[in-house]
Amino acid sequence: MALLDKDRIFTNLYGYQPWNLKEAQARGAWDNTKALIERGRDAIIDEMKASGLRGRGGAGFPTGMKWSFMPKQPPLDQNGNPKPSFLVINADESEPGSCKDREIMRHDPHLLFEGALVAGFAMGARAAYIYIRGEYIREAETLFAAREEAYAAGLLGKNACGSGYDFDVFVHRGAGAYICGEETAMIESLEGKKGQPRLKPPFPAGAGLYGCPTTVNNVESIAVAPTILRRGAAWFSSFGRENNKGTKLFQISGHVNRPCVVEEEMSIPFSELIERHCGGIRGGKDNLLAVIPGGSSVPLVPAADIWDAPMDFDGLKAVGSGLGTAAVIVMDKSTDIVRAISRISYFYKHESCGQCTPCREGTGWMWRVMERLRTGDAEVEEIDMLQQVTKQVEGHTICALGDAAAWPIQGLIRHFRPELERRIAENVREAAE
Amino acid sequence: MADRYIEPDTPELRARWGNFAWTPENAEKAKEVVARYPEGRQRSAVMPLLDLAQRQVGAELNTQGWLPIPVMEYIAAYLDMPIIRVVEVATFYTMYNIAPIGRFHVQVCGTTPCMLRGSDDLLATCKSRGMKKGHISEDGLWSFTEVECMGNCASAPMVQINDDNYEDLTSDRLNAVLDALARGETPKAGTQDPARHTVEPVGEPTNLAAMITENHDYRSEW
Repeated sequence: MALLDKDRIFTNLYGYQPWNLKEAQARGAWDNTKALIERGRDAIIDEMKASGLRGRGGAGFPTGMKWSFMPKQPPLDQNGNPKPSFLVINADESEPGSCKDREIMRHDPHLLFEGALVAGFAMGARAAYIYIRGEYIREAETLFAAREEAYAAGLLGKNACGSGYDFDVFVHRGAGAYICGEETAMIESLEGKKGQPRLKPPFPAGAGLYGCPTTVNNVESIAVAPTILRRGAAWFSSFGRENNKGTKLFQISGHVNRPCVVEEEMSIPFSELIERHCGGIRGGKDNLLAVIPGGSSVPLVPAADIWDAPMDFDGLKAVGSGLGTAAVIVMDKSTDIVRAISRISYFYKHESCGQCTPCREGTGWMWRVMERLRTGDAEVEEIDMLQQVTKQVEGHTICALGDAAAWPIQGLIRHFRPELERRIAENVREAAE
Repeated sequence: MADRYIEPDTPELRARWGNFAWTPENAEKAKEVVARYPEGRQRSAVMPLLDLAQRQVGAELNTQGWLPIPVMEYIAAYLDMPIIRVVEVATFYTMYNIAPIGRFHVQVCGTTPCMLRGSDDLLATCKSRGMKKGHISEDGLWSFTEVECMGNCASAPMVQINDDNYEDLTSDRLNAVLDALARGETPKAGTQDPARHTVEPVGEPTNLAAMITENHDYRSEW
């Protein structure tokens, strides 16, 4: 059954109506937020846990549980004063294929600000920083303006929404580094440094921004929270399969007739998502070659495996990939699949922060080999060597960028090895002629 | 990592930019920016202030703006932090221009989602107009960079020029935008597909049709 419009959280997703406070309130945002806060920290976290919401930034960690990791009693600094806690909202949306947080921020920013207050209260945070990627210039302008509106209306700041709770929200713009989407790199960047990830532990919930307890959440995870609390965990968890609950913003790009961003229920089969909202695959179902279902860092899935797969965390794991940010990159048979993946390898080479050797050197090395495989200017043994190197990068770096660079290549070799060998064979034959 | 080279520190550069200081308007803005962070953590403001400085330089030169070394030194002194920490930040983040730049910085996204929708054509269009990487056109109008994913994948391919995005491009649509900019006009930002509003499926709506004509409140249907 299709998700009904009344069950969509982001009703202004396409920006047909103004984002401003008055219109957002008319759509249901900031509706008696005080009452949500009066339920208390534990009740909010319990409701979020019961809703089954898993983090929308890619890793899928249960959101309510993440909030519960924040200390109930603040740790003390060296002078014996309690340290403040922070909520950091990850709006550094840079994963190739992902373009959902942009729509939330430019068309429904008040859902995000209300979510920030509710989430911040639930984890005992003093303030929230929204870290928005630098390239989202107009989107950041909207956030700044929406923030002004919320402050002017007494919804944020001292005694936010008349709840007696003081809570500030600040907007911080990045400046073009993908790696700042990694939570500890984001914290480094917020502190005014290069965005290079920190070793964990300590985890941010123990020592994050300015050494204080910090939780980093994705924009979508935060923006859906107020609606979940209003409509109840049972409503939200009525969508999707067990362990994969709720509604989700899908972003479909590439070779479909009508690319779009759309909110749908989790676990919707790939075919249904594409047929209902995207006008089908360009050239028809039989023209589908492969799909990258969760943003550039997850392995591709060939047409035959993806068609009936449920679009959720477990369903895509079962076909050797992942939901990631639900950024669905569709490739039809006109695609030069090796080039498509090689371009992703270039992306990771460009975005490696340079801190860990396997990633700094490995991403460039893998890209150069991928470029030779693209033209067939390689030996067959090099396919195995490349596979082996991806295994040596994966899991041997501080953050997951190394893994993200390795997986697309592994997916290509797993599913398209004959194509790689064909190019090498043709190149050899051409050289002999 | 990105290949980037900082403009050398020369006597001419010092003579030109050694006296950089906030304009009165930006001095106010800078104060407001520093106040966003806790006391003693003013260093957090280095990123927004570098952006502000780059924009001030840009306004002065009528370009997108860039960051000469003396300007970075000014920021370091303003925030009471070592100059090298500012240079580190300015060179790490690609949106800080560390060499002079033209009036319009044409940034074509070439990452896979845009590539699948035809960014090769856009790159060729830029090339045919004489743009190339790390080069300012003779009339000072154009600088060009192929950039990594800009997060407009559902309206790909796209180009960001200074502060605005132009989406759903074709070679012709891009030429129209560039021509308009060259004439000193301000072309409509966002999607260049006349049939599209933002990122909805183009054509017959598949969802949220009621929102098109009115600010619909769905709560009565809950």
